[in-house]
Amino acid sequence: MVKKPKIAIFKFTGCAGCQLELLHLEDIFLDLLELFDINYWVMVKRDNDEKEWDISLVEGGISTPKEIEEIKQIRKKTKFLVAFGDCAIGGCIPSIRNWIPQMEAENQVYPDTSTIHSMKVLGIGEYVKVDAILKGCPPHRETIVELLKSALLKIRPRLKQHPVCVECKFRDNACLITSKKMACMGPVTSAGCGAICPSLGRECEGCFGPMSNPNASALASIFKDIGFSEDDIKRKFRKYAGMSSEFQKEALHEWKK
Amino acid sequence: MEEITIDVNYLARVEGRGALNISISKDGKVEDLQFRIYEPPRFFESFLIGRKYDEVMELTSRICGICPVAHQITAIRAIENALGIEPSQQTRDLRKLMAISAHIQSNVFSMYFLSLPDLMGYESIITMTKDNLDIVKRGLKLKKLGNDITDLIGGRAVHPVTAVVGGFTVIPSRNKMKAIRKRLVEAKQDAYDTVDLFSEVEIPDFERKCEHIAISDPKEYSINHGRFRSTEGLDIDEMEYRDYIREEQVPYSTALHSHVKNRSSFMVGPLPRVNINFDQLSSDAKDAARRSGVKFPNFNPFVSHLARAVELVHDIDESIEIIDRVPLKEERRNFICKAGFGAAITEAPRGSLYHSYEIDNNGIVKKADLVPPTAHNANNIEKDLQEFVLTLLDLSMDEITLKCEMLIRAYDPCISCSTH
Repeated sequence: MVKKPKIAIFKFTGCAGCQLELLHLEDIFLDLLELFDINYWVMVKRDNDEKEWDISLVEGGISTPKEIEEIKQIRKKTKFLVAFGDCAIGGCIPSIRNWIPQMEAENQVYPDTSTIHSMKVLGIGEYVKVDAILKGCPPHRETIVELLKSALLKIRPRLKQHPVCVECKFRDNACLITSKKMACMGPVTSAGCGAICPSLGRECEGCFGPMSNPNASALASIFKDIGFSEDDIKRKFRKYAGMSSEFQKEALHEWKK
Repeated sequence: MEEITIDVNYLARVEGRGALNISISKDGKVEDLQFRIYEPPRFFESFLIGRKYDEVMELTSRICGICPVAHQITAIRAIENALGIEPSQQTRDLRKLMAISAHIQSNVFSMYFLSLPDLMGYESIITMTKDNLDIVKRGLKLKKLGNDITDLIGGRAVHPVTAVVGGFTVIPSRNKMKAIRKRLVEAKQDAYDTVDLFSEVEIPDFERKCEHIAISDPKEYSINHGRFRSTEGLDIDEMEYRDYIREEQVPYSTALHSHVKNRSSFMVGPLPRVNINFDQLSSDAKDAARRSGVKFPNFNPFVSHLARAVELVHDIDESIEIIDRVPLKEERRNFICKAGFGAAITEAPRGSLYHSYEIDNNGIVKKADLVPPTAHNANNIEKDLQEFVLTLLDLSMDEITLKCEMLIRAYDPCISCSTH
C-alpha cells in the first residue's frame, strides 16, 4: 500500500475558523482519515508527532517573535507548506490594527503592557517560503478538498484566480454596484466562495482577498462616484487584505492623488 | 510525598493556545498554579475604534471560528441597543434559531471531539473511530445538522453573512426549512443517545460551590436575551454589566480575569445555564435530565458535558418550535443612525458573552468593550484546579495531568476568544 501523506495542522494568530471549516467536512471526514495520516493537530489530538510532515496546513498570522521562530521550525520539517486562509496569507481582519501604533493598540486593552510581546500581524510568507495559499475567511470547503486531492495525486491544485464577478454571472445575480449602488468588492476579490454575499442580498466585503492582478484604484474611484466617502473606501481596503501589495495604495489612502 | 510539578506547554483538544503549570510542595500544598493563556492577542477593542457600526458584527465574527454566530448576534444587539432599534419577532426568532444551531455545532464538537476521547480512554476522536465508529458517526451527523442550519439561515457556517443590524439580508425558503425540520425530528433520538452516553461515562466526583451566572428569562430558555442572573443573587440588566463585573490582568496570561465586584470568580456555560434556567428547558429535555439520574442544580464542573447533552435535546425541540411559527416574510430594515451607547449579553455555547459599543452620530465606533465566555471563566478554572488537584495526589503524574486537563476541557475553553 502507498504510504499515507503525513499532515499537520497548526494555529497561529487567528480564530480557528479555517480548522473548523476543515472539520465541517463531516461527510468525508472518515475518508480523509483513511487517506491521510493526520499526526499533528493539537485542537483535535492529545498525542502529536513533531518529526516531519508531507503537508502542513498553517492557520493564523504571525504576531509575536515566538511565532516567527515556530513557523521557521515548521518550514524546516515540512515538504509542502500551505498558508491556510487569509490570516496566514496576510493577517486578515486582525491586520487592521497594523494601522495603529502598537503601543496605542496595547494600551487600549492591557493596563500593564510589559508582559505583552506582540508586533504587527503579518502573513507567514513574510518569514518563510510558502508552497500554496488557500484564500478565504474561511476558505471554502471545496477548495480545501481540491488542495487535498491534488496533494494525493501530486498535481497542482486548480485554485481560482478570477474575480467574484464571474461567480455572480454564473448565478445570474444582478450587479450590486450598477443596479443598487452598493460598494461591492467583488470586482477585485478572488472567486472561490461561489458569490455567497451578492447572492444573499449583500455586497461582497472581500473576504477571499485580492484576485490576480486587480484594478483596485478603478474600483475605489467607482465607489467615490456612487457616493462613498474617502474614509468608507479606506475602511473597505483595510479589512481582509490591507497588507497586500494589490490593495496597498487604496489602504494607504493614496489612490485619490 | 514528593514534590509534584505539572507542565503542559500546549493544551490539547481545546481551541487556541494555552498551558497549565502546577507545582505542589512536599507537604501537599499548591505552591503555584497557572492556567497560562499565551495565545497572542489581536486587539479587537483597539482596531474596532474608527470602524463603522454596520461592519462591527462582520469584524467581531472573526474573533472566533467556533462561535462566530454568538459574536455576530451580540454585536448586532449591542449596536441596536445603541441606536434604539427594536427588531421584529421574526428577526428575534431567526436569530435564536441561528444561535441554537451554533450551539448544536459547538456543543457536539466539544462533547464528541474534544472531551469524549478522555472519558472513553482515547487520545482523540481519530483513534476512537476504530472501536466506536457508530458513536463517531453520530457526533459527525449531529454536528453537520447544526452547521447546515447555520448555513441555511446565515449563508455559511463559519462567519455567516446574512445577519445584519435591523434583521437579515435574506429570509430562508419555506421548503428548505421543511427539509431541516425533518432532519431535526430524526436527530432527536441521537440527542437522547447523547444524554445516555454522557450519563454513563465516568466523571470525577468533584464539587466546588461557586457563583454560576447565565442570562435568564421566565418565558424562554435564554440564549440571545435575558437578565444576567446568578446563583448568588446577581440579577441585572445587560446595560448595567460594567457596574458589577470587573476584569484584571494577570502577568502570565493574555486573557484578562473576571470577577463579580466585591466577590470572587464565577462560572458561565452550559452547566450554569441548566442550573439557573432548568424550568425553561423543553419538557423532553427536563425528562432526559431527570432520567440521567444527575440532580440539578449541580456544582461539579464535569457535569457540564451532560448539561450540553441536555441542552442538545432542548435545542432540537426549540428549533422545531421556531420553524413551525416563523412566518418567513420579507421585512424592511429601516432605522436612523445616531450617537449612543449599547451593550448586549448573549449565551455563546461556552457561556455569557458581553459586547458594548459607543458610537458617534456618523455611526463610527468610539469605544468597544468585549468579554468572551472564556475570559469570564479563566479565573474560575484556576480556582477549581486549586481544589481539584489536591484530590488527585495518590495518582500517577500522567493521571494527575490528564485529570487536570479534563477539568479544563469540561469548560470547553475558547482561548482565541478570551484574548481577542
